[in-house]
Amino acid sequence: MEKERYLEYVKQTSPKTSMVRSLFLSFVVGGLICCIGQFIADMIKLAVPNISKEMLSSATSIILIFLGSFFTGVGLYDKLGYYAGGGSIIPITGFANSIVSPAMEYNREGVVFGVCAKMFTIAGPIIVFGIVASVIVGLVGMFFV
Amino acid sequence: MKLGERSYLFKNPAHIVCGYTIVGPKEGEGNFGTEFDYVLTDDLWGEKSYELSECKIHRETIKGALKKAGMQDSELGLMLAGDLLNEIVASSFAAREFQSAFLGLYNACATFGEALLIGSMLISAGFVNNCSCSTSSHFSSAERQYRYPLELGTQRTPTSQWTVTGAGCTILSTVAPEGREFDVQITGGTMGRVVDMGVDDETNMGAAMAPAAADTLITHFRETGRAPSYYDAIYTGDLGKYGMKLVKYICEDEGMTLPPNYHDCGAMYYTDKQKTEQGGSGAGCSSTAFNAHILRKLQRGELKRVLLVPTGALLSRDTPLQKQTIPGIAHAVSIEVF
Repeated sequence: MEKERYLEYVKQTSPKTSMVRSLFLSFVVGGLICCIGQFIADMIKLAVPNISKEMLSSATSIILIFLGSFFTGVGLYDKLGYYAGGGSIIPITGFANSIVSPAMEYNREGVVFGVCAKMFTIAGPIIVFGIVASVIVGLVGMFFV
Repeated sequence: MKLGERSYLFKNPAHIVCGYTIVGPKEGEGNFGTEFDYVLTDDLWGEKSYELSECKIHRETIKGALKKAGMQDSELGLMLAGDLLNEIVASSFAAREFQSAFLGLYNACATFGEALLIGSMLISAGFVNNCSCSTSSHFSSAERQYRYPLELGTQRTPTSQWTVTGAGCTILSTVAPEGREFDVQITGGTMGRVVDMGVDDETNMGAAMAPAAADTLITHFRETGRAPSYYDAIYTGDLGKYGMKLVKYICEDEGMTLPPNYHDCGAMYYTDKQKTEQGGSGAGCSSTAFNAHILRKLQRGELKRVLLVPTGALLSRDTPLQKQTIPGIAHAVSIEVF
């Protein structure tokens, strides 16, 4: 059998992820995580009425990162991710999950070459692109704005 | 007796003395759950890491097989073993505790087929009297080596498979075991070649391995002159449900129809509720399914002639990143009851 014909057959018959189901679930879960974030922000605002806007968003992010890490640690975040896909990856809780999960995984190889070295195997590209993008935006802002 | 390029039948077949299996908890809940010799309640089994746990599973499986065969370590001439970990450490670390000669093997998930082929050849030729053929895999050690950390929240693609946690060991001998009604023998086989049809999706191993499985099956039937109906059952290793469909498609295209008694160990392994998508995979998939399920059927005389075709995808974590396609391999082992 020729390669091209086989690859074409595989392409056509491979079981595929249901787009509608994926989009729906990630929309609901992603939205829900954002709602929880908003709820946390509102609660902080209620507790500390004269908190600054920057402080409020930082505090909310910190709490969400904690929650993402916590639920990764107790082994629930990966189960959520199985259904939610992008819905649980894109919010900041997903970023926490991507750092805590390799840190847990490589704990057995020791602190230096295990946890610390492998912690950013998944999140590394996000951090690199984030820093590069911020430098570019910063330069643009410095010269043109 | 050599037949064609890659097939042969033995004048002195190797006798299968016994088989032994140890599997993880999820496998224990699968379709072969009641047939395994030992099912773990915790897949770490008191060890500090999943790699060490796999090593212990492998070691204890060989020990269990020896005990079942009523054999001492010193009576076993040779251990043929392999697994999926880098540098096949589960096998070689397991072999530390034995006095027998050790040949470490790697053909990915087809290693069990490779072990049975080499073992039966050496026994048939009279180079060893007894040997063990064992392979293992562990879901958690395979995930970290080939994919992502366990706790990372990712979705599984519908073509993906679930690496079997477990090890299976078969003891081969020049003499038939005593006190058995049926004598199970390895009577021949076909050595597989590496086939790469250009599949580059590492989440679709079934598609990567199916061409190799079809190639080995077609070669086996052509070179031995046997028809697919010669066998009571044909089992491929871990192609999964979709991979099975592809094998049937390729064979049909080449003018050979696979009979309804063609099965796949991986596709049969788990229940639908266990959410493993296409089924089981890993070096421990065919070895545990064979020793727990197929061998028992042969020993009871329910099956008389079986063709076992373990399949493997020969990739490392880095090769897909380097834009390489995935080569596959499959070996056919003919097992008959007398």
